[in-house]
Amino acid sequence: MAEGNTSSKWRFNPGALAAIPASVFLFIGFAGPLAMVVGYSFMPAKTFSLLQIPTLENYVSVVTDSYYLSFFWSLLLASISVFLLFIICYPMAYGMAKLFGKWANLITALIVLPLLISENIRLFGWVLILLKNGILDGTLKYLFDITASGLLFTVPAIVLGIVYVYLPFMLFPLVIGISMVPESLKEAASDLGASRWQIFKEVEIPLSMPGIMIGGILTFILALGSLAESKILGGQAVIMIADDIESSFTFAQNWPKGSVLSVMLIALSGIIVFILFRKIDLDQIIGRR
Amino acid sequence: MTDRAETFLELKGITKKFGEFTAVNNVNLQITEGEFFTLVGPSGSGKTTMIRLLVGMDQPTSGDINLKGARLNDVPANKRPTCMVFQSLALFPHRSVGENIEFPLKIAKVAPAQRRERAHALLEQLHLPLDFYDKGINQCSGGERQRVALARALAFDPELLFFDEPLSALDFRLRKALEKELKDIHRETGKTFVYITHSLEEAMVMSDRIGIMKDGELVQIGTPHEIYNKPINKFVAQFMGEVNTLEVEATGPTTVRDINGEGDFEVNSMPDQFNRGYLIVRPEVMKLGPGASGLPNILKGKFFNDYALGSRMQYQVRSSSGDQWLVERLQDEVFEGQFGDTVSLGWRPEDSILVSD
Repeated sequence: MAEGNTSSKWRFNPGALAAIPASVFLFIGFAGPLAMVVGYSFMPAKTFSLLQIPTLENYVSVVTDSYYLSFFWSLLLASISVFLLFIICYPMAYGMAKLFGKWANLITALIVLPLLISENIRLFGWVLILLKNGILDGTLKYLFDITASGLLFTVPAIVLGIVYVYLPFMLFPLVIGISMVPESLKEAASDLGASRWQIFKEVEIPLSMPGIMIGGILTFILALGSLAESKILGGQAVIMIADDIESSFTFAQNWPKGSVLSVMLIALSGIIVFILFRKIDLDQIIGRR
Repeated sequence: MTDRAETFLELKGITKKFGEFTAVNNVNLQITEGEFFTLVGPSGSGKTTMIRLLVGMDQPTSGDINLKGARLNDVPANKRPTCMVFQSLALFPHRSVGENIEFPLKIAKVAPAQRRERAHALLEQLHLPLDFYDKGINQCSGGERQRVALARALAFDPELLFFDEPLSALDFRLRKALEKELKDIHRETGKTFVYITHSLEEAMVMSDRIGIMKDGELVQIGTPHEIYNKPINKFVAQFMGEVNTLEVEATGPTTVRDINGEGDFEVNSMPDQFNRGYLIVRPEVMKLGPGASGLPNILKGKFFNDYALGSRMQYQVRSSSGDQWLVERLQDEVFEGQFGDTVSLGWRPEDSILVSD
């Protein structure tokens, strides 16, 4: 009885009270702008006011226009990049988690270090390398008399940029995922007759799936919304969806159209993540169920 | 089945070094088919290294491992007709009970229907309900997981099973029950079991023969009876549990004297060239109070304390020189005495065990 009285004095539990400042901040800074973007997507074209009569005209125009091409390129390049990132990062992550010992720390530092430099500056570094008569082209010409002048402003250059910039976001989740696989399970699999490849397929991949999923989703979403890579390294080779969104908001001064594209991109990412998490039950993999 | 005593698994001069450290030193051992053999030793005695060598997860620095006369050294772990139950059990958390049991069969490309049939048979053999087939590993209790791990190890019908202290994580009661169950499974299957543990008591319950390891060497091999009654040295005698130990020197063909002046004691026989060593007397052979009178080996002390061990009572008596003696009695012949009383302790010469080191 006495307990009931004291607890009724506190109408919220301390956890909820402590969460209020962060919740307010998140609501204003994160949910607010998102809600505004959704709101603008229903406003008439080219308006800057949120108080017009809602309309679907922007959605209709975006769907009937050729924006599907930009979505296609974004999805394609993001998929290719994630695939390449996985191929490149898995062996690296395996080494860092299991083999390199104290050297893993040095490698971690070397990979983190470039993150301190602006993405754009790093991409301009690649421009200097890939440019006609640039570092790569010039060196090859000088040493082997081979020309590599057409590398910049191509689709592969964009993929190179995405892979280069987002590598840490694939690598580190993989390191954690792989280090979560107990050695004894691999030994047990081997003892039960499994070959190296079977151990990899039946034990290592499934058990490091949380890391693979997080790395994959993180880099996929980042690549889907990437802008600088296609602008700086791609020139006008292809238009990705983030280019369209940016130019709608800036050059075209058409906020509603930019908002529609943003909403569609967010929805697309959300659906993909949702499907992936439905298909792969992380709790079950980790063994919480 | 014609000649069961034929050597099945043979270890010849097995040595394993990690850098300067010798983990296993020149171990020679023969295990016969169908035997339940247990390697016992404290942590750091090299028993875990031994089992890793036997399973094929490590290679010996020198020596040969032969299975049915064929050299096993160069056969990788996944090609050996042996299987191991891990200390951690190493069950796959992302697979169901059924999938865990079927794993070795899936690897061997056995058809799904046959795999399922085998898994069901194993569940039944290990007294697990059939609906466990679809259960998650983490929904199983400790004892159930133990059974699943054993079922998985038995799945591809290995000729030889290794056990790396699989019961050590379980509580006392469950461990006791599973020890016996494991021995029953050994009887039922007739397979050769090689078990390692740090508990000689556990080894006694289950094994046909026991090998005691210390500092990478096999100190003594024998049946539980031999190990218990004829320990080769103080280490083996004390490893079994609480024993009364006296440092003694020989004074005659069947007499020894305690070097701390506790007295002269009679033994039945003396090891060859015994000069100085230890006299071991187990608590349960000692007599206390009136029962001790008339025995050739007798000494006096103060009754200090008693301990209830369930089926037995244990009494501690302190002699004048400060030695602590333990005496055990069954519950139906408890000793009635006051703490601080002076009491007599005694034992028969044939219950004296003499060891040199």
